[in-house]
Amino acid sequence: MGPLAPYEIISENTNFLLAFFIGIAFGWVLESSGFSSSRKLAGIFYGYDTVVLKVFFTGAITAMLGLLFMSLFGWVDLDLVYVNPTYLTSAIIGGVVMGAGFIMGGFCPGTSFCGAAIGKIDAMVFVVGLFIGVYGFTFTYGWWEKLYYAKYLGEPKVSEALGMKDGLFGLLLIIAALGMFVVAEWAEKKFPREEY
Amino acid sequence: MSNNIKTERGKKYLNPYVGGVLLGLVLLAANFVSGRGLGASGAIKSVVATSIEMVDKDAVNNLPFMAEYAQSHSGSPMRSWLVFQMLGVIVGGFLSGAVAGRLKLKVEHSPKITSRRRLVFALAGGILFGFGSQLGRGCTSGSALSGMAVLSLGGFITMMAIFGTAFALAYFFRRNWI
Repeated sequence: MGPLAPYEIISENTNFLLAFFIGIAFGWVLESSGFSSSRKLAGIFYGYDTVVLKVFFTGAITAMLGLLFMSLFGWVDLDLVYVNPTYLTSAIIGGVVMGAGFIMGGFCPGTSFCGAAIGKIDAMVFVVGLFIGVYGFTFTYGWWEKLYYAKYLGEPKVSEALGMKDGLFGLLLIIAALGMFVVAEWAEKKFPREEY
Repeated sequence: MSNNIKTERGKKYLNPYVGGVLLGLVLLAANFVSGRGLGASGAIKSVVATSIEMVDKDAVNNLPFMAEYAQSHSGSPMRSWLVFQMLGVIVGGFLSGAVAGRLKLKVEHSPKITSRRRLVFALAGGILFGFGSQLGRGCTSGSALSGMAVLSLGGFITMMAIFGTAFALAYFFRRNWI
């Protein structure tokens, strides 16, 4: 019965050791999918390379379905699985700032570490920027504190917010993703680009 | 092995749908083991918190964000799941790059721009992403991807804000990429 650490089936140290191994798998999948290349990542925003969309949505849907089925079979207690809280204002403004960083820098935090790991100097510089940004937020937190806590909605699920069952939302998400994949395949043919 | 890591275009990258399923299984494993998803910016926050504590032992009282952090994280900030996971990411990324023959020290950029311009934008983008990840309580991994897997409303909103903004601004930064 999972999740293992909250149920104290494994010790804290075992949990940390598994975190390291899960991290290795995470880094491996990101790098081998091409996420260590900023030009591949940025391709989604111009249509010439849509690997981000395909990997990201396939990944989110696979994990979502996995959790729903494991819960159905009684293998994982979803009440003990962390659901990110929703602070509406900071979720939107934080996302907007991150989106601007994405199109300028060509990486997100996880992918920049992968790029840096294989020697991409632009990725290393992006990582330096990440640290500056986090220090910047920490030292100016007083200015943003109100914004940070504004419009707290609890830990709602998107399915609840839309008034439907988890399974139905999951099905609609899969259909939406398949539609986006069709557009993505079309875009890659329409805006071809030599590999780099 | 070499056969299934070649895409239809002959590059040695994983097929994106296969990569996506594998990413989903990794995320599922994280949730099954720890009860939480994957993350990246949280590990940076741990390192930042540790460094501030080293310089200023009283930081928890002086800096409100450090107090907020200490409230939600007991013990040393480096004894954190995401710190160990991110160390793994660096190892895993390196190993994958080594196996595929992609280890090379270089600045990757469009032939139309200089390395210097690429690095200036990489730094600026990193600063914005680092700042935004703290405001938004997580980045593409911790908030968007992991949030979506547990159907978090906030995760979906952050995902749409990140990708929507990048799409909206793409025109202005097109010279850097195309």
